Order: sequence, then C-alpha cells, then structure tokens
Amino acid sequence: MSFDLLLPAFSAILSGLFLTLLITICGFALGQAIALPVALALVSTRVWLSVPAAFYTFVVRGSPLLIQLFIIYYGLGQLEFIRESFLWPVLRSAVYCAILAIALNSAAYSARVVAGAIRQLHKGQFEAGHALGLTDHAILSKVVLPQVYRVVLPAIGNELVLVMKASTLASAVTVIEMTGAARLFVARTYAPFEAFLIAGILYLVFGALFGWTFKIIEARVAIPGR
Amino acid sequence: MLDSIVQYSPQLLQGLWVTLAVAAGSFACGLAMALFLAPVGHYGPPVLRRLVAGYVGLIRGLPELLIIFLVFYGGTVLLTRMRGAYFEVDALSAGIASLSVVSAAYCTEILRGALAGIARGQWEAAIALGLTHLSAFTKVISPQMVMRALPGLGNQWLVILKESALVSIVGLEELMRKSVVAAGATHQPLAFYLTAAVLYVLVTGISSLAINLISARLDPNSTR
Repeated sequence: MSFDLLLPAFSAILSGLFLTLLITICGFALGQAIALPVALALVSTRVWLSVPAAFYTFVVRGSPLLIQLFIIYYGLGQLEFIRESFLWPVLRSAVYCAILAIALNSAAYSARVVAGAIRQLHKGQFEAGHALGLTDHAILSKVVLPQVYRVVLPAIGNELVLVMKASTLASAVTVIEMTGAARLFVARTYAPFEAFLIAGILYLVFGALFGWTFKIIEARVAIPGR
Repeated sequence: MLDSIVQYSPQLLQGLWVTLAVAAGSFACGLAMALFLAPVGHYGPPVLRRLVAGYVGLIRGLPELLIIFLVFYGGTVLLTRMRGAYFEVDALSAGIASLSVVSAAYCTEILRGALAGIARGQWEAAIALGLTHLSAFTKVISPQMVMRALPGLGNQWLVILKESALVSIVGLEELMRKSVVAAGATHQPLAFYLTAAVLYVLVTGISSLAINLISARLDPNSTR
C-alpha cells in the first residue's frame, strides 16, 4: 500500500461515481416499474398472463445477469430490424443497455417477492372490497398494494443494494463506472489494493446510505400500533 | 447459425464443465468455511461473534466483481512481490478463491440463522442425556441445522452458479468466456449468448429440482 496513490485513486474512482449512481437509480426505478405488472400477471388467474410471467421470471432468475447484458448489448445489435427501429439509439448506448439489463433482471426477482406478498394477503381483503362496491382497480390501488408494499419494503431496500452491486457489471460493456474506473487505475498504476479499497469503501458507504433511506421510509409509512 | 453452434458445441460444453467445477469448488470451500464460522458466530465469545458478523456484513456490502478483481490483481501484485519476479495468478484459482470468500459469508449467515432457530431445549436435553458438547453438536444440533438451512443453501448454490460467469471477465475459460470467444469468431453474438443462457437455465433448473427433492426427503414431516 502506498499512501501517495490514495488521493489520485480516490479522484479517479470518484469520476465513475456519477455513472454508478445513474445506473443504480435508473435501473432500480425501471425495475420496480416493470416488477409490478409482472407480479400482477404472476398471481393472475388468466393462464395467458401467468404462464408467460412465470416463464420470464424463471429464465431471468436462472441465467447470469452478465449474459443477459451481453444479449442486449452485443446480441440485439446483430438484428437488422432492431438497428432500423426507433429503439436503436437506446440499444446502441452501453449505459442504456446496462440500465435496461439490470432493470429487467431486478424486475424478475422483485416480481416474485411482490407476487408472494399478494398471495399472502387474506382473501377476505378482496371480498370486503367487493362487498363495499369497490371496482377491481380501486381494490388493487387502495386495498391490496398499500398493504403489499409495506410488507415488501425491506426486500425492496435490499434489492436497491443488489442493483448497486450489479451496476459493476456495466464495466464489462465499456462503461467506466466506479469499478471500471478502479480497474483502469490499476492498469495504469499497478496499485490494486489502493484502488479497490477506495472503491469498496464507496460501495459500502452508499449501501449503508440506501439502507438508511429505506429504514426512514419504512418508519414513515408504518401504521402506528401495528 | 446452427452450423456454427454445432461446430463450437465441444467448446461450449467444455466451458460448461469449467463453470460447474468453479461453482462446485467455491460452494464446497465456502460451505466448509461457513460450517466453522457459523457456530463460532453463534456460540463463540462476543469478540469472535462480532468479527464473524463484521466479515459477513463486509462481504455482503461489496460487489462480487470488485472482490474478484481484488483477488485477481491484488494476488498477482502480492505474489510478484513475494517471489521477486512477475507472477500472474491464474483465473481459475482467483475465481475459486474469490467466490469461496463470497459464498462463505452468505453460507455463514444461512447456517447462523438456522442455528438461531433451534430451541435451547435441544442442547439441554442432549447434555442431560450425557452427551459431550461436541457430540451434542454433531449428533443433535447439526442435523437440524442442515435441514433448516437446506433451502437457503440450495439458493446459494444457484447464486454461485450464476456468479461464476463474472470470472470470465478476468479471463477464465468457462461457459461465458467460451461463448464470448465463439461470438467474436463467428460474428453471431445473439446465437451464442442465447445458447449459453439456455445452458445456464438448464443447469439451474435441474439444480432446483434436485434441491426440492432433497428438501422433501430430509423433511421429517414428509410421508417418506
């Protein structure tokens, strides 16, 4: 360990922090947005909804994120109609591909968690909603989801940390986020301990920050006395 | 497209074999470490308990890729300094070492949770029957611990199987790396990455079926 290298390593890695946070937050938000409809499809009684959703979560949870990222970034560009479609400006960019791959991956895991929470909900909740004359949509948004999201909030907070750890994979498709920046620094200076130590500390700090944020949200939305 | 997959299939299968070896090796090493760390972390003196908890927390907070890089590049620098001549850590050892460190932390947490779920009365009854502490642990506590931990451990095996793909980034010739090479040589990335994904899904699918079968057999409430 050389202390002279700590400061240059810190500034080099800090330059990747923005991309790490961008990929983490966008990937997480998009993932949660996709997770809800997938979860609803998973618990649906309509087979044409539940079977594709189950297949999606099975395949995504059964293969490594790295290969999913490579399919989206390297694989899709091979197809002519993708290159000519309006999606190409998005799929051509490594950062967008990383966000998309991480979101699709995180959505599969989160959807299973949300679907599990919906199944745990007492049947009487649905019956009472119907008896009160609520529409299906109102039952979902006013009765089911508020209870489901309170239950899964800790798991979602954990998912945010997992997404941050997954964002390191973007460095495999040319994105210079924190891990990519640390690796470049190592290639230039041959100082792996300094670089990866600093990157590791930054990941731990942001992981703790995300954890606290979710603790605060949990406390805010908790129903008093329950 | 099919021709090139057939042409590269021996390569892919060889890669799959390396993937399985890395995953099995690191899972076994990690589990062995956890079988030692979990009892220490649960029954040991407060200092050791805190150390084990710190290790688990540290590893769980760090990205796996960062740990792989640290072991691979850090190991190379360390060994080069020790030997006085350039020495590169091979990707296989670096991969197994780093994934072992990771899975040890997660397995420790799983086993510790399983230990916490076993009633104190089990210990007291075993000691009252005249068993030594060691045989109480090996004959009474650990079978219950393994049974409770099995779903978590099975899940950890699936996680390690998928994480082993990350070692391809430092050049290990496993399934992921083999498909990258084949994709580059044939200019057909989609076909090869999809094939590799199917192979991963097959292995994880078969693994989860096997895990469910073993869990059902070990469950004392099951009919068999």
